[in-house]
Amino acid sequence: MNQDLREGRARIPLSERPEWADVRPVPQDDGPNPLVPIAYTDEFRETMDYFRAVYLANERSPRALHLTKEAIFLNSGNYTVWQFRRLVLEALKVDLHEELEFLEKITRDNSKNYQIWHHRRWVAEKLGTDVTSNELEFTKEIFLEDAKHYHAWSHRQWVLQALGGWEDELAYCDELLEDDIFNNSAWNQRYFVVTRSPHLGGLEAMRDSEVAYAIKAILAKPENESPWRYLRGLYRNNLNSLAEDPRVASVCLDVLMNKRDCIHALNMVLDLLCHCYQPSNEMKNAIDAVVTPESNLSDLNLAARVCSILQLVDPMRANYWEWRKSTIPVHLEDIDPGMEKQCVV
Amino acid sequence: MFYTFSRRNQPPIYPTASDSEIESQNSEVLIPEWESSKVKSMLDTSYQLKSLLMFGAYYHQKKDGFESVVIEHLRLNGAYWGLTTLDILGKLDAVDKDEVVSWIMECQDESGGFGGNIGHDPHVLFTLSAIQILALFDKIDVLDVEKLDVANLQNEDGSFAGDMWGEIDTRFSYVAICSLALLHRLDKINVEKAVKYIVSCKNLDGGFGCTPGAESHAGQIFCCVGALAITGSLHYVDKDLLGWWLCERQVKSGGLNGRPEKLPDVGSLILFLIIIDRVHWIDKGKLVNFILDCQDKENGGISDRPDDAVDVFHTYFGIAGLSLLEYQGLKAIDPAYALPVEVVNKIFLAK
Repeated sequence: MNQDLREGRARIPLSERPEWADVRPVPQDDGPNPLVPIAYTDEFRETMDYFRAVYLANERSPRALHLTKEAIFLNSGNYTVWQFRRLVLEALKVDLHEELEFLEKITRDNSKNYQIWHHRRWVAEKLGTDVTSNELEFTKEIFLEDAKHYHAWSHRQWVLQALGGWEDELAYCDELLEDDIFNNSAWNQRYFVVTRSPHLGGLEAMRDSEVAYAIKAILAKPENESPWRYLRGLYRNNLNSLAEDPRVASVCLDVLMNKRDCIHALNMVLDLLCHCYQPSNEMKNAIDAVVTPESNLSDLNLAARVCSILQLVDPMRANYWEWRKSTIPVHLEDIDPGMEKQCVV
Repeated sequence: MFYTFSRRNQPPIYPTASDSEIESQNSEVLIPEWESSKVKSMLDTSYQLKSLLMFGAYYHQKKDGFESVVIEHLRLNGAYWGLTTLDILGKLDAVDKDEVVSWIMECQDESGGFGGNIGHDPHVLFTLSAIQILALFDKIDVLDVEKLDVANLQNEDGSFAGDMWGEIDTRFSYVAICSLALLHRLDKINVEKAVKYIVSCKNLDGGFGCTPGAESHAGQIFCCVGALAITGSLHYVDKDLLGWWLCERQVKSGGLNGRPEKLPDVGSLILFLIIIDRVHWIDKGKLVNFILDCQDKENGGISDRPDDAVDVFHTYFGIAGLSLLEYQGLKAIDPAYALPVEVVNKIFLAK
């Protein structure tokens, strides 16, 4: 939409504006016999014809800057227009704070456009730490409408790393997760903060409290894949330690007591069993409680039994569970029931 | 080189350090045979679709009505999606090859890169599309390879910028690597560093984001896994972990979503499921039916999800997906280069 129309004014064609009288527009060359003629609107055609003229003349003037704005309102995805606008902004030494305001307007129309975000980053980089809080606030506003907005998250991570502002980020993740515990983008951001914030001491320092956080989220909504994955991520590259953390087995048991066929819990138990976890009798009973007489499971060891159960309760991924069964470590096959710990992984 | 190729009905095999475990894939796709001819005839007869495929505009559902958005500035990408789709359908003859090739060459900028259309500024996204289209027509030799400027976009840390303005994204790593590989010029970049940067974008779920720490997303994962496949570096992918993430993307309707808790759509997931050889973990028959449900039954074409408006991008991914799912009557596609296998073979096996 054109800015004038947006503001309730009728658009004056460029050909009737005195400040453009000296410019000869350059029409689009679609070739003599375009395979598929594109039906441009008159407004779009005229604006682009004038844009081509200033672009070819490399005219870095205020009117050229204004024209790029009009062209962007008509089509914010045109890469060349944005690129030319940056050249003009640089040449005219425009106050880039105004540019941020313009971007805010245009982002409302089409927030999924790569060019807009790239341009925003370019502007923010030039303005530096002056705009840190402005940029963090701007992405927050986007998340009010779409809390998983990929471009906005990407921009926010860039702001934190390039300009700072980490102090309240963990609390912000908290806020978003309170709002929607299923928000995977917020879980991802939480991991980003925990592993990269200069103020928190890194993953090692944060692990204990984060395990507790994930477990709380799991108990609230056991069907939510994100905290289960987050929990594994906290013990990344060291699943044996995951299996040794008694809280993990305990949360699985709690979940299975309430929902016997919870795929995520069974999947986690399977992981634990494959990494030296010695199941309690309670755990064995909880798993065997899922097995009905009709399901006819003949597997001897518990891990294989879990796989068979998963095949039954999650038939869409039956092939995956079959594969998992085939990868159960050999040393587990004979130790159940009642054998001693033989784990050497 | 880095690569061995598939026969029809077999997934391509990407050599890696630890890749001997793939065994029989028993899941059969159960689709009535008539469905296949239905897809093809729809694509044959519809003028609207044909124009859509050959560079057309795409349609965008807006709140205030149905409005067509011109993608004049993306014509080169649109042409790639459309022409590749036509080729998979065995219908590339419908296009005047010389006309397309000369138009493409007009999109080349003085600097050597390609713009989205004639007179537009260059960007690697368009350069790859141009190379891919020339490959479809077996015309890569019209390019002055030395003039192309892709290698200069690599940064010290191994990442790639999309253009002189420096935006960094793993999409551009893929685009640069794929372009140079198709031109036999991977030696122009530091492949080791490029791989290292992509690996630094790996997340706890085994997927990849646009920069280190960014959330995993189907499109980005395709780019990263594709680039790792092309450079013979798939051993950096935790295939089982990523495979499980992918499995979890399949929802009850059979479609795959690009991120947790998102709606399913027709997208790139299927491409890298094939690359990492884990497509047999999902329910293929259900996925095929989901894609078929996304067809416009009257005018042809495929949309992002059932009952939405069709566009050339999702038509391409839908047809490519069906091809990878071994749907009858479609040419095999190489998921890493996103080109028909016969086209890729011609490039790498001819010399």
